[in-house]
Amino acid sequence: MNLDFVIDVAIIIVKIAVVIGVTMLHVMYATYFERKAIGHMQIRLGPMRVGPHGILQPLADMLKLFFKEDIIPKDADKPVFWVSPIIPVFATLSSLAVIPFFEGFVIADINIGLLYILAMSSLGAYGIVMAGWSSNSKYSFLGGLRSSAQVISYEIAMGLSLVGVMILSGSLNLSEIVKAQQQYWHGMYLIPQFLAYFIFLVAMFAETNRTPFDLPDAESELVAGYFVEYSGMRFALFYAAEYIGMIIMASIAVICFWGGWTIPPVLLNAVPALGMVPGIVWFLAKVYFHVFLYYWVRATVPRYRYDKLMELGWKILIPLALANLVITSILKYMG
Amino acid sequence: MASAEKEIKTREITISMGPQHPATHGVLRVILDLDGETVVKCTPYVGYLHRGTEKLAENRTYLSALPLTDRLDYISSMSNNIGYCVALERFFGIEVPERAKYIRTIMAEMTRISSHIIGISTHALDIGAMTLFLYSFRDRERLLDLFEMVCGARLTASYPRIGGVRNDVNQEFLDKLYEFTEEYPEIIEDQYERLLDQNRIWLQRTKGIGVISAEDAINWGLTGPTLRGSGVPYDIRKYAPYDAYPYVEFDVPVGKNGDVYDRYKCRMEELKQSNRIIKQCIEKMPKGPVMASDAPKFTLPPKDRVLTDMESLIRQFILITKGPINAPEGEIYAATEVPKGELGFYFVSDGTGRPYRMRLRAPSFVHVSVLPKLCEGALIADVIANIGTIDIVLGECDR
Amino acid sequence: MEPREIAELIKDRYPSEVKDIKEFRGQVSVIVNKDKIKEIMRYLHDAPELYFDYLEDLCGVDYIGRKEVRFEVVYHLYSMKHRHMIRIKAEVPEDDCAIDSVVDIWAGANWHERECYDMYGIKFNGHPDLRRILMPDDWEGYPLRKDYPLKSDLGEMEWKEYKEVLDAAEKNRQYEVDEWHRQKRK
Repeated sequence: MNLDFVIDVAIIIVKIAVVIGVTMLHVMYATYFERKAIGHMQIRLGPMRVGPHGILQPLADMLKLFFKEDIIPKDADKPVFWVSPIIPVFATLSSLAVIPFFEGFVIADINIGLLYILAMSSLGAYGIVMAGWSSNSKYSFLGGLRSSAQVISYEIAMGLSLVGVMILSGSLNLSEIVKAQQQYWHGMYLIPQFLAYFIFLVAMFAETNRTPFDLPDAESELVAGYFVEYSGMRFALFYAAEYIGMIIMASIAVICFWGGWTIPPVLLNAVPALGMVPGIVWFLAKVYFHVFLYYWVRATVPRYRYDKLMELGWKILIPLALANLVITSILKYMG
Repeated sequence: MASAEKEIKTREITISMGPQHPATHGVLRVILDLDGETVVKCTPYVGYLHRGTEKLAENRTYLSALPLTDRLDYISSMSNNIGYCVALERFFGIEVPERAKYIRTIMAEMTRISSHIIGISTHALDIGAMTLFLYSFRDRERLLDLFEMVCGARLTASYPRIGGVRNDVNQEFLDKLYEFTEEYPEIIEDQYERLLDQNRIWLQRTKGIGVISAEDAINWGLTGPTLRGSGVPYDIRKYAPYDAYPYVEFDVPVGKNGDVYDRYKCRMEELKQSNRIIKQCIEKMPKGPVMASDAPKFTLPPKDRVLTDMESLIRQFILITKGPINAPEGEIYAATEVPKGELGFYFVSDGTGRPYRMRLRAPSFVHVSVLPKLCEGALIADVIANIGTIDIVLGECDR
Repeated sequence: MEPREIAELIKDRYPSEVKDIKEFRGQVSVIVNKDKIKEIMRYLHDAPELYFDYLEDLCGVDYIGRKEVRFEVVYHLYSMKHRHMIRIKAEVPEDDCAIDSVVDIWAGANWHERECYDMYGIKFNGHPDLRRILMPDDWEGYPLRKDYPLKSDLGEMEWKEYKEVLDAAEKNRQYEVDEWHRQKRK
């Protein structure tokens, strides 16, 4: 028990607090910006009343959810009902531990970072199934079933699409993956792994249950599906888990395909002044673009029917991902 | 080593898309027996909005029963009024003046546009495409503002009356409406059709879903775009024209396969055709009175005469309190083409000022009855698409 | 074909069934007995020169006190091919308040007949699922009959579940927020 150890632990705790705090703030304002962005795409204004241009809307929402009455359905399975909102939140928050936000800042720089994140997102599926089951309502049950089947199918496609990145960079460590992208003049795996990026994007939408794959919580069909019986803070936990999941998926896309916190070397050589801007700014800008992509697609596109959704995942994305894998390995072998 | 194959026991579950549900366009209850995701049996329950319109009408005069018809298909209320008035004008033998005919045709087509806007956009909203709803409601707001300019009410306007319309339209209304018709075809092509027509997900969710053949559709009594999507060109505006329809040119869009996509395209095309009709009516509008003046026993006199002229005062008094007491004895059935289909009015009269029996044949009533046939064997998501495509309004279904 | 001709055709073929033919404002009604209504309807549906493939409307009318036979079931038929219309009225007496159902000829008659049963109490023989459609399932009485009252205070004939709702509201008044709300409003 020497001083170094204590200082290390203290630094880790401070890092955790900072990361969680910043992420929760992002989640709150992600909900606000979603309403604003979709509103403007639909020629209306979105929240305008609470604070100037509605900027305090997330606070109002949080307060409301905090004070709402906690309703539990009569025949619900109580222990499972209590535990299920916690699981997705726990899974997504733990995934934050391995994401490198900029050079040198990562809470746990483990060598199997990517695998850890995939494992955690699989764990999140448990929460959905438990929520659907324990609510003792047919709608939630159907929603939970659909969602679990969907998440499991698209996890495979997602994992396979990331294997190409792993082959090219030679490691599962997220910081290594970012650094390995610097060897190209464009600084991104987006160009060589274009197919894998596309597959990852589609799987990203399916993993987080967002449109066009939001059949499990399709508002107009199953009336919010697996979390229809939740109210107040429990609902807030599910909602937060969804948005943290979005941010995590966006971060993975940025790290694996867009070069994380780095700038493409060709741009850096052309404009050296760009190197003065801290890496976190680039990282956040790229993540924001991906989150905006979520909103954009939601405003535009209708919803997939369930069997077509399954067909897309199994019959189209997985073969494409496998093809990408084969081509990448052959090209890497040949140098 | 007996390898007994154990069958996994599955059970059907029954869910009720209850009276309150975002996708059922009103208070409709559908009980679905599901085997996994497939619907085995589908039973709709209606009657949650039954207000006893037919019985109420038996105790009111012909003029007072007119606002009851507003509330039937409440999103296209003037069409119902026009149906009522057309039936009674044929019954009493009143000839409507030319200008009133054109105004009524304009109103009917405006309500057709606004009803189809709601039908298409709520259908798209249920399937997940939220944006069409907001784009099209902006145009619907323009139409509702025009309604307010004419008669003071946005939604339930009892503006068409027996013998014509209540009051004349002014030039400002016609100018603004003409501006609307100039801009609208481009809006339809640019903003509505571009969003959904070629969208792969939309095509997947609507092509081949909810197919009904032409003979089945006629046998079940479907009308309107629901029937025309299956290839039958039955449109009362062409088969038995009334008002100013003989004098305007328009096409009736007809589909081929009888699936959800064809009905959606029929409604989109009808938006363009209605626009065309309105434009022609504005251009051809004659001048003249708007209320029949040669049927003093059935129509109200002009208001300025009532306070000065004795006969007009007596006429007004009797018509308001007792109704048209010289109504002939007999019965009549007259149908008009409302946006949802064919709205039929059957009147039996016993010679007093009140209808002895008023029967409304509502298109939505018949369309809900065909829902089990469309949904059995389909998936749950298709039930939503089918409810959207038959375009029901529960006010009309339950009366 | 003119409506008058169609009525004559029906009368020639079923002279014993047709009681009367009336015409008003260009529309012809044929009043028939209810016994062979299904045969008549089958003929009207299948005959190539008539070909009434579309049942526009099916409703009931109550003529209490005005005619000897109390009820009438009115069928409006239309032919898409020939574009003609006819109205058939079948008389149904009060003591034998049943008539054959035409559901196997036109499937659209299903719900119209259910509504006629719900509103008038006329039973349809051979209907697959004859139960109330617009009123609640356990309602007593047939609302559109002329001797059914219009006013809402039905007294003894009031619907049981409405009474339960009123009683429950009375009981819950003790949980009201303040004294003003706790007093019974008229």
